[in-house]
Amino acid sequence: MSAAGIAGQGLSGRVATSKIYARGVEKRYPSKPGFVLALDDINIEVLTNEFVSIVGPSGCGKSTLLRIIGGLEDKTGGKIVLNDTELSGAGADRGMVFQGYTLFPWLSVAKNIEFGLKIKKMPKEQREAIVEKYINRVGLGKFKNSYPKELSGGMKQRVAIARALANSPEVLLMDEPFGALDPQTKSSMQLLMRQIWQTEKTTVIFVTHDIEEAVFLSQRIYVMDAHPGRIKADIAVYLPHERTLDIKDEPNFISLRKEISAMITHNDN
Amino acid sequence: MASLFRIRKDIDKKTYLLIALSAFALLFCIWAVVSMSGAVKATILPTPAMVLKYVIASVSNGSLQANMGISIFRIMAGFLTAVLIGIPLGILCGAFKVFESFIQSLCEFIRYMPVPAFIPLIMVWIGIGETAKVAVIFLGTLFQVIPMTADIVRSIPEDLINAAYTLGANRRQTVLKVIIPAIMPKLFEMMRMMIGWAWTYLIVSELVAANSGLGYSILKAQRVLKTEAIFAGILIIGILGVLTDRVFAYITKKMFRWVDWGSK
Repeated sequence: MSAAGIAGQGLSGRVATSKIYARGVEKRYPSKPGFVLALDDINIEVLTNEFVSIVGPSGCGKSTLLRIIGGLEDKTGGKIVLNDTELSGAGADRGMVFQGYTLFPWLSVAKNIEFGLKIKKMPKEQREAIVEKYINRVGLGKFKNSYPKELSGGMKQRVAIARALANSPEVLLMDEPFGALDPQTKSSMQLLMRQIWQTEKTTVIFVTHDIEEAVFLSQRIYVMDAHPGRIKADIAVYLPHERTLDIKDEPNFISLRKEISAMITHNDN
Repeated sequence: MASLFRIRKDIDKKTYLLIALSAFALLFCIWAVVSMSGAVKATILPTPAMVLKYVIASVSNGSLQANMGISIFRIMAGFLTAVLIGIPLGILCGAFKVFESFIQSLCEFIRYMPVPAFIPLIMVWIGIGETAKVAVIFLGTLFQVIPMTADIVRSIPEDLINAAYTLGANRRQTVLKVIIPAIMPKLFEMMRMMIGWAWTYLIVSELVAANSGLGYSILKAQRVLKTEAIFAGILIIGILGVLTDRVFAYITKKMFRWVDWGSK
C-alpha cells in the first residue's frame, strides 16, 4: 500500500501524504496448543491531518493494534512506519489518550500538561505559554492548580487530551477515551474533539466501539473483524467538514451508522 | 437508637468517639474493681494506683526515660537502615523482573523464617551489644519492606506508566518521575505498619539479650514478681506504639493532599 493508494480521500484542498502506516502487522499469543492469532495481517494507513477511527466488535484487537502503534505492546510481525521511518518502542511522537484516567494524581492540572515538555527540557517560558494555551483550549483555565482528584471524569479526559496535544505529537492515538463517560459528557467531548482536530490539524487514530462516535468524528473508518482480528472494511465518511451534534439525526449519518453496525453485528455470534 | 445499628452505615463522629472511650473506661473499671476487691493477689493483678505509683517513681529516678530512650534509639536505628536499604531494593524488584527473580525470591524465603529464632545466631555472630538489638529489628523489617514495596510498585496502574512513555519519558525518567512519586503515600502507610512490627522485634530482642530498655525492664520485674512494673512497661510500650502510629498517619495525610483517600 502506498500513499497514493488512498490519497485525496476526504481531504480536498490539502496535499495528502502518508503520515503513518502499519504493514502486515501480526500479533499472536502463545496458547496451550500452538498460539492464538489476535491480529492477522493488518494494513492501515493514515494521512497527514487525517482523522481515522477503528471500530470493531469487542475482542477484535483494535486496542491492541493501537497499543502496538503506540509502541506499548510488542508485535509478532510486520512493521509500523511513521514519516518514512520504521518505529520500535514508544515515543513522544505518538501521544496517547487512554480510556482509564491516567493523569498523574500528584501533579496539578497545569503540571500534568507540562510533564512532556519538562521531559523535553523545554525552557520555562515556552513551557508556560504552551500549558496556558492548551489549558484554555480544553476550557479548564480555572482549574489550573487543581489536583486530578478534584476533577470530574470528563474534565480529567480534557486534561489528558491537553497533555497529549501540548507535546505536539506527530500522531494522536486515542483508545476509547470517552468510553467511561456519561452520554451528555460524551457528546460534549466529541464536539470538543472535533473542534480541536479542526483547529490543531493533528493526525488522529481513534479507537472506539461506539459507531456513532466514529462516524461523527472521522473522515475515514476502518472496520475490524474478530477471531482473528482483521481489517474488514475501509469506509470514507462523506459528511460536511463542519459538524455539530445535530448531524447525528441526518439521514446520511444514520444510514452510514447502520451500514457499519450491520457489518459488525453480522459476525457477532 | 436504631440508627446506630445499620449495616456498614456511618455513625455520628462524636458518638463514635464516645463509644470508643467507653470501651477504654469499661476495661479500666473491670481492672480496678477486680484488683481492688481483694479476690486476686497483687502479684497477679496489681491495682491501677500501684502501677501509677511505679510509673511516677521510675520517672522521678530517671530509669523510665533512660529505658525509653535506649529502646527508641534501637527502633530508629534498625527501622531506618531497613527502610533505607529495603525501599530502593523493593522499587527495583517491583519495576524490573530481573531484580524480582534475584532479590525477591530470596526475600520470600527468608521472611518466613521467624526472626526470634535468629537471635541466638546473632548473639554468636555479633554478641549482645547494641548492634545485636538493632540487627534483630533490621532483619525483622528488611525482608518485609522489600516485598511490600515491590507490591506497591506493582499496584501502579499500567497505563500511568504507559502515559509517561507516550509523553517521551525514558525508563529512568519513568522510575524517578512517575513510579517514585506514585508510590509515596502507600510507602508511608507501609512504614507506619512496619514501625509497629519493629516495636515487637525490639521487645523480643530486649527480652532475650539486653541489660537496658523497656523490654529488659519488664523481664527484670518478672524475676522479682513486681507485676505492677510489668504492667507499666507493657502500657508504656502500647502508648508509644499508638503515638508513633498516629504521628505517621497525621504526617501522611498532611504530606499527600493529592491522594483521594476516600475512594480507597
